[in-house]
Amino acid sequence: MSALLYATGALLFVMSGVAALLPGRPALRLTPLFMVLGAITGLASCALGMTGAARTLALPWLIPGGALTITVDALSAFFATPVFLLAGAGAVFAERYWPLDRRSARHVRAFFGVLTGALVTVLAAANTILFLAAWEVVTIAAFFLVATEHENQASRQSAWLYLAASHVAMLALFAVIGLLHASTESWAFEALPAGIAALPTGRAIFALALFGFGIKSGLMPFHVWLPGAHAAAPAHVSAVMSGVVVKMGIYGFIRVISLFDTVPVAFGTTLLVLGIISSVLGVALALAQHDLKRLLAYHTIENIGIIVSGLGVGLLARAHGASWIAALAFAGALLHVWNHGLFKALLFLSAGSVIHATHTREIDRTGGLARRMPHTALAFLIGAVAICGLPPLNGFVSELLIYLASIGGVNAAGADWSWLLVFGVAPALALTGALALACFVKAFGAIFLGLPRSERAAHANESPVAMRVAMVPLALACAAIGLAPTLLAPILERVTRDAAPGLTSAGLAHMLNGAQSVSIATVVAVAIAFAIVSILASRRSSAPTWDCGYATAAPRAQYTASSLAQSIASVFSWAMPPDVHSPRKLPLFPEKASFGSHVPDPVLDRALLPAIRHAMRLATLARWAQGGRVQFYLVSIGLTLVVLLVWSAL
Amino acid sequence: MPPIADSILIILLLTNFFILGTASLRAAIRVIALQGILLALLPLFVETHLTFRLVAIVAMTAGIKGLAIPSFLFKAIRDVHIHHEIEPYLGYIPSLFLCAVGTAGALLFADQLPLAIDHRSSLFVPAALATLLAGFLVLTTRRKAISQVAGYLMLENGIYVFGLLLYQSMLVEVGVLLDLVVGIFVMGIVLNHIQREFSSLDTEKLSSLRE
Repeated sequence: MSALLYATGALLFVMSGVAALLPGRPALRLTPLFMVLGAITGLASCALGMTGAARTLALPWLIPGGALTITVDALSAFFATPVFLLAGAGAVFAERYWPLDRRSARHVRAFFGVLTGALVTVLAAANTILFLAAWEVVTIAAFFLVATEHENQASRQSAWLYLAASHVAMLALFAVIGLLHASTESWAFEALPAGIAALPTGRAIFALALFGFGIKSGLMPFHVWLPGAHAAAPAHVSAVMSGVVVKMGIYGFIRVISLFDTVPVAFGTTLLVLGIISSVLGVALALAQHDLKRLLAYHTIENIGIIVSGLGVGLLARAHGASWIAALAFAGALLHVWNHGLFKALLFLSAGSVIHATHTREIDRTGGLARRMPHTALAFLIGAVAICGLPPLNGFVSELLIYLASIGGVNAAGADWSWLLVFGVAPALALTGALALACFVKAFGAIFLGLPRSERAAHANESPVAMRVAMVPLALACAAIGLAPTLLAPILERVTRDAAPGLTSAGLAHMLNGAQSVSIATVVAVAIAFAIVSILASRRSSAPTWDCGYATAAPRAQYTASSLAQSIASVFSWAMPPDVHSPRKLPLFPEKASFGSHVPDPVLDRALLPAIRHAMRLATLARWAQGGRVQFYLVSIGLTLVVLLVWSAL
Repeated sequence: MPPIADSILIILLLTNFFILGTASLRAAIRVIALQGILLALLPLFVETHLTFRLVAIVAMTAGIKGLAIPSFLFKAIRDVHIHHEIEPYLGYIPSLFLCAVGTAGALLFADQLPLAIDHRSSLFVPAALATLLAGFLVLTTRRKAISQVAGYLMLENGIYVFGLLLYQSMLVEVGVLLDLVVGIFVMGIVLNHIQREFSSLDTEKLSSLRE
């Protein structure tokens, strides 16, 4: 039943994409309907999948080695839940964000349907060929969505970069699947023979999986495609890409890990270290951004870092036999997959709402929007509190589980490895949380508070109802998981067992209970504080803020987003030196001068692109071979053939 | 294998030398047409039963190789007024010498191959190899687009002879199919050359291919 419902949901998504291509308006109107129906069907199937037994649906397929087999087990259903939710919310949002009379309206709807349909297929594919094929469809659809505004050169470049990076990853994944097939003699996801992890095959699978899924999930240093692609795509597509597409990489990690009986310590340690680097540098880079969507994109890298370091803690603890620490860490990482999907989608949709109203992604051209767009501001605030890991929202719960797991390393027996958890993960998480808070203080303050910095911002209007409605389920889910995490305990226990067999997750409900108490206490404390403040405020007469002697508070005298973040960003200038353009020497009577600073990506702009330029320069040396003479080419082909023949004969 | 098939193959080898030795494109095409007709007749001496399908295949092969493609090439020559291969990359005497070395090499090489008993005594394999080599020589040493087409056709003739070796008439049909492919290929090359040279497909402009 659950598999059939699941497939129906996926099919409805694809049908919505197809309906967008049919001529005439009535079919176009069907697209959001199909999407919402698909989301509801899919969510129902996921609920069944997470509570009931695994169900399989198999259809014949002509591809050799391939089978149209989808299996809805707890792990698939768990990862697919946010996909269905975000797809439905995104489609409703898009109805007004990208209205039918806007350019490429059909394009956006068609590829959105295909993208989401393929996404859920990837998650439930029981056959590796189907898995790869569906993932390839995801990549292509996402490529076209990133390139929606293809008249814009930056969008085109981001799209190509995304396509190239994804295909490099795909190459590694083909190798992974090939090696899995070589070890199990089957094209299904089947448990590998015991002890393979120590053999060269096992090591190769881990290395290639790290590379392939690392690129797909945007883990540093493989994140090069992520900021540009998230910034260029339409807001609801960014929400889906950031919320669920990058999670496919995490799903891949977990699925592949679950096939091994043991995982080498080195792999867990690598994940842990890369996760810490991603989370700290991701948030530091986010702090330095002045493009709203780019800022959110770097936060995706940060949160992927948190999830991956949770996985790393889990693997490390399991390898050393600390079962309950491992269970906590896995549960935290898995729950963060949901949470990040929810609050990041909420943030991207509210960012889309801001962009819809102000027509700019530049944070420094907005300001004072809380007055004009209160609902959007509230949605953004909820997302911001959640992403900073503050109680009482959902980000707090999952981060708490990872914290507890890493602090639990103190008590673990034989603790020669636990110093890494205690002195590595917990401080890194704390640093990340603090920086995220600083970043969202900057973002929320610059966008929604203060005075408008541009004409458009001054006359912004609240977004249409459909766009605001789309954010409601996401915000509610964020609050629900934050306030009542104990409800999720059975699901989390089950999924953790699926992801990492043989763990005792008995302490989980207890920990979630603790998180719940903190959340509720926070709500009560905030309510009391709010009441006291409002009582005090009603007694006091109001007076204007001291304006430092400036008679009128001009919008240009405000802190800009960059100036607010500058002091913290400068701490990280060793890792991400900014490009600053400032007037060197001011003459006696200064003329018009300008100042600008921008922080390039440390991997893409400082390492990868220069390396590619050098490689291209070297490659031009090979141009002599291209003389334009057919005869020369033929002789070279002939000689190659002879050499190969002789070589194979020897 | 009947001796008559071997005689045909010997004629094929000799015509290879003729094509490599002549400067006249017209003569070369005529000889290639002759090669085509001879090769088309070859299955008649290989197959034991004369069936309607065999006759149809022979007729079709002869039609395409002996008539259609040569007439197409003659038309091209008329249109562009090129009649001679001038200044090949490699002179006629050296290319004839290389062809002789290649043919001898093919004969020696075929002796070394682990062939089926039936094929061991016949000339099929060495003739196919030698024709392939001769075609390759024409392709690599001649300048004119039309000589190139001639080279491709010779290559294809070599492949066709190989195809006959592969038991049963099904594969003869495959040979015919290859012919068709080559027919399309020929056009492709001509179009490609025109396009590269003039960035248009106007056949009028072929005339400026003259040197």
